[in-house]
Amino acid sequence: MYPEKFQESIRKVEARRKENAAMEPVRMTADEKDALLKAYHPDYREDQFEKLKVGVNAGDKAPHELADMLQAHARVHEGDVDLEHPDFETDVLIIGGGGAGCSAANEADEAGAKVMICTKLRPGDANTMMAEGGIQAADKEGDSPMQHFLDAYGGGHFAAKKELVAKLVTEAPEDIQWLNRLGVEFDKTDDGTMITTHGGGTSRKRMHACRDYTGMEIMRTLRDEVLNRKIPILDFTAAIEIIKDEEGRASGAVFINMETDELIVVRAKAVILATGGAGRMHYQGFPTSNHYGATADGLVLGYRAGAKLLYEDTLQYHPTGAAYPEQIFGALVTEKVRSLGAKLVNCDGEVFVHPLETRDVEAAAIIRETGDRGKGVDTGHGKAVWLDSPMIDLINGEGTIEARIPAMYRMFEKRGIDMRKEPILVYPTLHYQNGGLEINTDCMTTVENLYAAGEVTGGVHGRNRLMGNSLLDVIVFGRDAGRAAGQKVKEVKSGKLTLAHVTAFEESIKEAGISTQKVSPKLLPNYLRDRNVYDGPKIQ
Amino acid sequence: MDNKMVNIYLFGKKYEVPDNLTIMTAMEYAGYQLKRGCGCRNGFCGACATIYRIAGQQELKMCLACQTKVEDNMYVATLPFFPLVKQIYDIEKVKPEQQLMMQLYPEIYACIGCNACTKACPQGLNTMQYIAYAQRGDFAKCAELSFDCVMCGICSSRCPAGISHPQVAMLARRLNGRYLEPESGHLEKRVKEIWNGDYQQAMKDLMSKSDDELKELYNNRVIEK
Repeated sequence: MYPEKFQESIRKVEARRKENAAMEPVRMTADEKDALLKAYHPDYREDQFEKLKVGVNAGDKAPHELADMLQAHARVHEGDVDLEHPDFETDVLIIGGGGAGCSAANEADEAGAKVMICTKLRPGDANTMMAEGGIQAADKEGDSPMQHFLDAYGGGHFAAKKELVAKLVTEAPEDIQWLNRLGVEFDKTDDGTMITTHGGGTSRKRMHACRDYTGMEIMRTLRDEVLNRKIPILDFTAAIEIIKDEEGRASGAVFINMETDELIVVRAKAVILATGGAGRMHYQGFPTSNHYGATADGLVLGYRAGAKLLYEDTLQYHPTGAAYPEQIFGALVTEKVRSLGAKLVNCDGEVFVHPLETRDVEAAAIIRETGDRGKGVDTGHGKAVWLDSPMIDLINGEGTIEARIPAMYRMFEKRGIDMRKEPILVYPTLHYQNGGLEINTDCMTTVENLYAAGEVTGGVHGRNRLMGNSLLDVIVFGRDAGRAAGQKVKEVKSGKLTLAHVTAFEESIKEAGISTQKVSPKLLPNYLRDRNVYDGPKIQ
Repeated sequence: MDNKMVNIYLFGKKYEVPDNLTIMTAMEYAGYQLKRGCGCRNGFCGACATIYRIAGQQELKMCLACQTKVEDNMYVATLPFFPLVKQIYDIEKVKPEQQLMMQLYPEIYACIGCNACTKACPQGLNTMQYIAYAQRGDFAKCAELSFDCVMCGICSSRCPAGISHPQVAMLARRLNGRYLEPESGHLEKRVKEIWNGDYQQAMKDLMSKSDDELKELYNNRVIEK
């Protein structure tokens, strides 16, 4: 039950529910969407960005918080560690134990390479674990990889690298099959037909799901497979620098034991960065749906090693972050809630946007509704709009919410809100790093033998990602990176190890006149009470 | 918003914190920079298993620190790691038979039916019942009942028989997904078509179009109802 202050607005939402559930709101034209994004999407707030002064992307735009980390001091320098006597040697070194890292590990192992995973927290502490809604694949009649291509490329504002999108959509069905054969339990009908729905911006119902624990089900299965293959894992071991050889090829990394601060050197023939996203950077003070370790580490590691970034200025704000109660501020309310029929309505119960526009458009529409239009609901710690969840059971029959989105039901039920009967309050939350390290179709960055896969990369999704294409991304490109690196190491003979690129980078910071006390990668956000160090979301 | 302050005891030491915080954010408020015992912060990863007791109450409670609000006089101990047993197997070589459970996780047959696992589950799962299904080799039922498991290990920490419930359930789900659920005919068909190169030319043609042509196609595509 909501407190009394919300009741008047709830009554208005209830009064219009039946009519709202039945109506099909008009979709925006291309021009209307462009105008809306320019006026209200956080990516377009010029004062929140700056030009990078050093590195391969010097002159390009990046959010202040990221620029601070890309142009900060290293945590380790030449001479701090003994590169001649590494603590571990392996063929393929995978940094990150999420969906992409574990997919890569399984494939590199399959290719016969010696593999090792190092991860900052535990394997599975990753955004993959938290992906709720689903994973796309064009595997049904009436759908095709080309149709999927069009949705993804158009949804990303025609900015993605076409060859990466083509790979994403073409390999999607076989990767769903791979996951299924590993034992991932997809939602199916009795005859084996996958139960699929729409996501924002899809033209076909190709969203496969495992209830609303899709990412968790995929992640725990991939992790179990890594364990079955006896692939060594160093957990609570964070990468702080890429090591190169004399010829500039990635040849290992320096790590820090998160608990003891011990420095660890791993020598490898190829390195795969699978470090994930950046929600815990809290760009523009937004709350985030991301896991605790999502601090853009991979971008920093890659950048200092000389790898090029692509679209590092574009972030995804998921339109429906939980806005109330405060304990779940920023937590993800899966898009599947809208896929199943719930619509966004304002304080007067009016539908103000089609529920299945792309995420950037939905987020901008909510920011407009609560801002200039003044039709938001005051939660006590910010503005929000209603996501009228009771429409789901109204449209699909009673019991749908508990059966199809149990995690959402549980999250709100624990806080005394019954989303079957009461609408929920939402506001955009920082969700995904659209850009990142640029890769080619072999998943190699612009640095030889430095591979990357998953959220740390840029180019697959252009300037906006569709729901269900990130889980797909981590599997497709994670596997591809593992296969490519697993093959490549058969011919690699790396030379003497060096951190000279770190020295050179420090030099360039000095030359650019950047004066900073900051060190990077960030590793963890600071949520201590001391406001001088607090990184968390700022109350609107 | 003004919040009431409450006293909580982290590992026995007293801290005064606002009552709207979760145990996790209260620890941060108190000055702990978390490394272990903190993962997704949203109830999906099972990193923050926690035990607490309200002073004066008999009952020991188990929860996820990120999902639980602080209460006055709460005594808190975290359980960031629990030594579960995970057996190794090859998913391609095993068969979904009761015998497999007997081989890999024989301790499940030592369950004494105390139901402590079920009472402790922060996800509200019927843990003892899914172990009973595993004992009988009914992997589909075990998979269904255990599906929402976040593998925090709280159940195992309470088990007098030393059962690693989350790992038993993990095995059951993989067996169910791999062998017991029906195959998807449309998926098998599409994968064959792709391997056969059926879409290669069409994809090439599409990719070779200019962005203007692609915009035209995108903006006018028919959206399935």
